[in-house]
Amino acid sequence: MAAISRDEVAHLARLARIEMSSDELDHLASELDQILHAVDRVQEAAKDNVPPTSHPLPLKNVTRPDVVIPSLSPEDALSGAPASDEQRFKVPQILGDAE
Amino acid sequence: MALKYDDVVEKYEPTLGLEVHVELNTNTKMFCGCSTEFGAEPNTQTCPVCLGLPGSLPVVNEVAIESAIKIGLALNCSIAPFSRFARKNYFYPDMPKDYQISQYDEPICVNGFLDVEIDTDEGVKTFRVEIERVHMEEDTGKSLHVGGATGRIHGAEYSLLDYNRAGIPLMEIVTKMVPGTGKYAPQVARAYVTELRDILRSLGVSDVKMEQGSLRCDANVSLSPMGSGILGTRSETKNVNSLRSVERAIHGEMIRQANLLQNGERIIQETRHFLEESGETRPGRSKETAEDYRYFQEPDLVPVAPDASWIEEIRSTLPERPSVRRKRLQAEWAVPDKEMTAMINAELLDTVEATVKLGADPTKARTWWLGEISRVANEKEVEATSLMNPDQVAEIILLVASGELTDKLARQVVEGVINGEGTPREVIEKRGLKVVSDDSALMAAIEGAIASQPETADRVRGGNIPAAGALIGAVMKATGGQADAARVRELLLKHLGQE
Amino acid sequence: MSFIFKSAAEMSAALSSKEVSAVDLAQQHFDRIEKVDGDVHAFLHLDKEGALAQAKTIDAKRAAGEKLSPLAGVPLALKDVMAQRGIPTTCGSKMLENWRPPYDSTVVTRLKDAGIVILGKTNMDEFAMGSSTENSAYGPTHNPWDLSRIPGGSGGGSSAALAAFEAPLAIGTDTGGSIRQPAAVTGTVGVKPTYGAVSRYGLVAFSSSLDQAGPCARTVLDTALLHEVIAGHDAKDSSSINAPAPAVVAAAKKLDVKGMKIGVIKELGGDGFQKGVSERFNEALDELVKAGAEIVEVSCPNFEYALAAYYLIAPSEASSNLARFDSMRYGLRVGDDGTHGAEEVMSLTRQAGFGKEVKRRIILGTYALSSGYYEAYYGSAQKVRTLIMRDYEAAFAKADVLVSPTAPTTAFKIGEKADDPVAMYLNDIATIPVNMAGIGGMSLPCGLASEDNLPVGFQIMTPAMKDDLMYQVGGTLEAALNSKWGSSLMSQAPALGAK
Ligand SMILES: [Mg+2]
Ligand SMILES: [Zn+2]
Repeated sequence: MAAISRDEVAHLARLARIEMSSDELDHLASELDQILHAVDRVQEAAKDNVPPTSHPLPLKNVTRPDVVIPSLSPEDALSGAPASDEQRFKVPQILGDAE
Repeated sequence: MALKYDDVVEKYEPTLGLEVHVELNTNTKMFCGCSTEFGAEPNTQTCPVCLGLPGSLPVVNEVAIESAIKIGLALNCSIAPFSRFARKNYFYPDMPKDYQISQYDEPICVNGFLDVEIDTDEGVKTFRVEIERVHMEEDTGKSLHVGGATGRIHGAEYSLLDYNRAGIPLMEIVTKMVPGTGKYAPQVARAYVTELRDILRSLGVSDVKMEQGSLRCDANVSLSPMGSGILGTRSETKNVNSLRSVERAIHGEMIRQANLLQNGERIIQETRHFLEESGETRPGRSKETAEDYRYFQEPDLVPVAPDASWIEEIRSTLPERPSVRRKRLQAEWAVPDKEMTAMINAELLDTVEATVKLGADPTKARTWWLGEISRVANEKEVEATSLMNPDQVAEIILLVASGELTDKLARQVVEGVINGEGTPREVIEKRGLKVVSDDSALMAAIEGAIASQPETADRVRGGNIPAAGALIGAVMKATGGQADAARVRELLLKHLGQE
Repeated sequence: MSFIFKSAAEMSAALSSKEVSAVDLAQQHFDRIEKVDGDVHAFLHLDKEGALAQAKTIDAKRAAGEKLSPLAGVPLALKDVMAQRGIPTTCGSKMLENWRPPYDSTVVTRLKDAGIVILGKTNMDEFAMGSSTENSAYGPTHNPWDLSRIPGGSGGGSSAALAAFEAPLAIGTDTGGSIRQPAAVTGTVGVKPTYGAVSRYGLVAFSSSLDQAGPCARTVLDTALLHEVIAGHDAKDSSSINAPAPAVVAAAKKLDVKGMKIGVIKELGGDGFQKGVSERFNEALDELVKAGAEIVEVSCPNFEYALAAYYLIAPSEASSNLARFDSMRYGLRVGDDGTHGAEEVMSLTRQAGFGKEVKRRIILGTYALSSGYYEAYYGSAQKVRTLIMRDYEAAFAKADVLVSPTAPTTAFKIGEKADDPVAMYLNDIATIPVNMAGIGGMSLPCGLASEDNLPVGFQIMTPAMKDDLMYQVGGTLEAALNSKWGSSLMSQAPALGAK
């Protein structure tokens, strides 16, 4: 049985904001299926009594003092912008609402 | 027939939920050293970190953590001995990394409460609002929508982004569901946000200016049919940017939902936007895909694990709770309820207290600030505190107390200070408002008055003491009101042999 | 006189004794690049102007008698994943084709401060995702030992530059083996330091909890010299270790393993490993025994799950790290023709800007983090991570260092595994556990495989913060093998640019 369907891949592509052609979706669905079958094994090892590790270092409480350091110049800040206007990043119209 | 509010609260029981976002007033952003100063030129307070440039990494602002702990303690929360940041993944142009660093299942503060008092039909009642969590996150940038008719998001041709605000520390304070407020739900919501704002201000952790967006409220409400115990579907209203709007938004949503339910329609769980003009809400744009934020632990940051001694140290520095302080001041100053409320509503409590601390009589301080100064402020449409400061007011009150000024003269001094004529001393000097306390000058004026009203003087000599009033009035007039009336009376009666 | 075939240490000595100037040395390398890089394609961008300016400064300082750091004036090739101010930083992706960072990564700052001359940026698998450098948007890099073969990946450009004598030093980054596996298949030395030993600030993130930058060179000593330049605490990286870096140069010079226990990991060998790889590996073990070390066998039973866990954790973090490439603030933008909104432009840009492997991993990571699958995939992978760390802990209780072949095979043909992602992922089977546990790992050459006369890598793994041990063992083994062969392995590399 396939671990992942073409529709699911299409949903994931939308979540990841990647436009995908129908061919790409088909191809990716079959590749992901293979990969998922290969990685599925992690579940065998993941027993309830094993705590998860998210980070290799046991560091904690790393902070910086609340002291202002110079920002980039606006020219540097905007240097990579595909488009800009009025010292702001210019982007196509935004359709959805903010969070 | 559309249901009115009175009908709504007879048939339905509301459940509230409030989410408040507060921008901290730290010097720098949550994860970088850029300044947080309000009102700077666009994109002048940005760096690789808050622009989300490839390769940049966040480092936590230690004062933001301290502020979070202060807030948690002030809201009766437990401070987590171990908390972590997570990434909330979603795409939006004003969010530089396309994820927000936030706290998810391991927030820094949990399980608190805040009591608020409401004037009800049965007198003042306390409602407990339970706090689920307080967590740290970062703000987004700001977009300016250009083109189209309104400058609003819909119909705009393009948008311009300024990331000065991106990365400013935000605290999100989330209540548990608040049941049992009945018809007082809108007032409870408002009182909660007000009390929260006062606490945050007293802690000194935020500017708490709703109009500048440093305090923002999302108001959730759902209705269940009276007595059913079935929790309804909630709506979440955003964009509520004044205390009054909090109250109006809940009120409006309750009516809207009740009318839908009444007509057998379903409430959709959705985000709505508050419309300032009408007091109603409109639906937000529904999202193309279901929200799935794919939270996971932020691998670029390490856990925050404040030790107990640090928490206790912070606890020991917490200021008095605003509600406790209000009660204490009311008792100390012997202020009636109504006057106290007036002072709080005018937001002059701090100012009056500061004036009293400088030695002024509480009643006098209150009367000046809420009376003459507020009256002028209203006329000029400015804040009373922009006209005078507690030092000046206290000085004037003390001059009256020591007899150097009369109430009438004091009024002129206040007027002079407000007009920008200088300090109270300078105004007194320039306007020549010193009380005439030189007995020989007064005697000259008394003799002048007797000479112009000889019959009145005779009547006083004959024992008709009340007749002296006319002579005293003439003396006061002659001295331009700068004489101490009591001293005038004393000298006059003595002079006419009526001691 | 040409210095390009010398080691960095020898170049450093020649610079000190003024046998050669830094400008001359840089120019000799640019000439070599001119001659051979058409075939090898190790570089994506050359910064002749910046490099020669830096070399000139160093020469002037030396002439003025200033004290310079040991590698001052020595050229270096920088993996194109490191931000360098004003210099194209593409990460091998179309997405960043024209991006010039407005800031320096911490590694670049330290290189510059040490007077190292950065020649240019080297090719890599797009966003460091791959084991062959075939996933670069700018075409593959060729292995100098056999131009029809891959140079390993993702840092194939850096390793190929070393093997082709285009630079004596290079910077790589290693998320699952991207320094060590290219070193193995090109006959060079590469070190992944302990996680947190080298700052990640300015390293364009692939998988934040696994990424680590490290030194690459043709000798163990050169690698150690570079290691000491780039390692050390950095306040801009929250996961940077705040402790002095171990003295790796001294360790590389010790040439002594008497009494050391060297653990051979049973699971990283045997089936699935090319015969010639196993042969050379075992011969190297014999050399260590001759040098006085004791070989012990250790078992790490959970390593069989490491690859699967890695291919969940790395794509998950990558799906979030690569979200920022949305065309709003920098990089490629596609579809902004007035007919598409911001959301569509993001989607179209990401379709056009990312290559196949990057999309594959973003989608895989999005899946592993999505609601309903998180526990089964990402959550389980994190548990496996714990088990791998425990395996290492147990193994290090029995041995001072652990060893294995670096890669199961020698360099394969370009295109051979391009259509089989799962087979491609197997290249990293021996290197991935090191990243999962955050410990240190080195690959150094241990000979040519009998079947194909291609280099074989020997991997040394050390506990966290004990990076000096791998230099001690690596330096000893290198010396033993060189004396056995009568010269270094690299001296047997084929000549290039003959035509
Ligand atoms: Mg939030
Ligand atoms: Zn910043």
